[in-house]
Amino acid sequence: MGYLFKEGIRNMFTHGFMSFAAVCVTVACLVIIGGFSLIIYNVSLFVSDMEQQNRVLVFVDENYDSAEARSVGSQINLVENVREAVYMSREEAVERFVEQQGGGEAYDGIDPSTLRDRFIVTLEDNARMAETVEQLRKIEGVAHIADRPEIADGIITVQQVLNIVSIGIIVVLLVVSLFMISNTIKLAMYDRRDEIAIMKMIGATNRFIRFPYFVEGFLIGLISGAVAFFIEWGLYDLLATRITQTQRLQLLTIVPFEEIFMPMVVTFGAAGLFVGMFGSVMSIRKFLDV
Amino acid sequence: MIEFRNVTKVYTAGNRALEGVSLHIDDGEFVFLVGPSGSGKSTIIKLLTAELEPTSGSIQVNGYRLETIKKRQIPYMRRTVGVIFQDFRLIENKTVFENVAYGMRIVGASAKEIQARVPYVLDLVGLENRGRRLPHELSGGEQQRVAIARALVNNPAMIVADEPTGNLDPQRSYEIMMLLESINALGTTVMVVTHEQELVNRFTKRVIAISEGKVINDGMDGYYINEES
Repeated sequence: MGYLFKEGIRNMFTHGFMSFAAVCVTVACLVIIGGFSLIIYNVSLFVSDMEQQNRVLVFVDENYDSAEARSVGSQINLVENVREAVYMSREEAVERFVEQQGGGEAYDGIDPSTLRDRFIVTLEDNARMAETVEQLRKIEGVAHIADRPEIADGIITVQQVLNIVSIGIIVVLLVVSLFMISNTIKLAMYDRRDEIAIMKMIGATNRFIRFPYFVEGFLIGLISGAVAFFIEWGLYDLLATRITQTQRLQLLTIVPFEEIFMPMVVTFGAAGLFVGMFGSVMSIRKFLDV
Repeated sequence: MIEFRNVTKVYTAGNRALEGVSLHIDDGEFVFLVGPSGSGKSTIIKLLTAELEPTSGSIQVNGYRLETIKKRQIPYMRRTVGVIFQDFRLIENKTVFENVAYGMRIVGASAKEIQARVPYVLDLVGLENRGRRLPHELSGGEQQRVAIARALVNNPAMIVADEPTGNLDPQRSYEIMMLLESINALGTTVMVVTHEQELVNRFTKRVIAISEGKVINDGMDGYYINEES
């Protein structure tokens, strides 16, 4: 077994150029797929953040006092599709309004009684906004509902398009990558077909021949995964810095790489190892049939 | 022991390579298999090493029945036959020692066994000082000796040499044949496939002549079919 391990390591160096080519192709594919996945991940977070901001305001009858108004909340919470209903008194509403307008003398002395107590309602599924609003209207004490269905619809459309496009692009990239990697490894194997034929001819079992290639694939995969990971990290940080420095793009929040460090390590490691080992073992099959 | 019984081989393209060939080679024999190009010699070697399956008939090699052999048994059967090729077929990036040792590694020999056996076999073929060289650093005759050493290293019951002198000058060819004869003298069955008439006739050995896929002569008289005949 020790000999076969050593052979795998030695093979990688004796066929240095092909190993280098396999590493380069695998790294390129992993960086492209990883980069695209990171973009999609950030956009999804952004969209879901926007979704969080898309809430329904349920205004309580102005004749209700504070305690009565609060009691409406329990009925709102009973409505299906309501995730959360946060109470805001008319006084708090005034404060927030003034704050949003930037304060100033012009806003002094606003009478809170001119506003209504309200609930800020977050929905589970924005696609069902219309039917939920209908149910909320039926609750006693609800005077008015402010909803923005056009924004909800917009977000839903963006999300659906994003899902379809991202799945499509990732699948295409994955297929193209596997094809390129498998071709590179096949080329490397083709280079060694005579060697494999000799091994077969002197009585080596398929397992004996395959094992060093498996080790070699493992190492190539591991190296590719590591190199791709660090390249991805560098590019991501560079891009994130550029975005935060660009005034027009400051609305976009980029997840710091440190937050997704471990999942990225695992994903790149696993993808590299899978591609390397699976690619080697699959590519050698046809040359073993001697 | 090799036993061919009424073996016919037809390739998928319809080319009939062998037609009802029967032959028997006992343990310890030295046999030349001769015949012109395209006569079916290579097909016999490929059948012997289970690279090909016979279309009909039965083949027995060192106790293995090749028409029914399972794929996973083929490597074990091949270990009983040391094959030598015209183009040597050495692994270019391994040293002479490693090429010979490879034959032992595949049977799971320990490092100690390898260290003891490989130098002995290299000495037997006259390459005791060439262990650290790479194949391309050796002459053709030396490369063929490495191939013989590799074939011998596991002490196979039989050596099959396919045109072993095809790439060598007459003197080296003769030396290789002498080496094979001395290996045979130690008890190993040797079958040499060749079309070199002069070389065959320098040795008084059994000669099986084959032409157009049929055995046309089998005897000790050095009979040889000339390619032009």
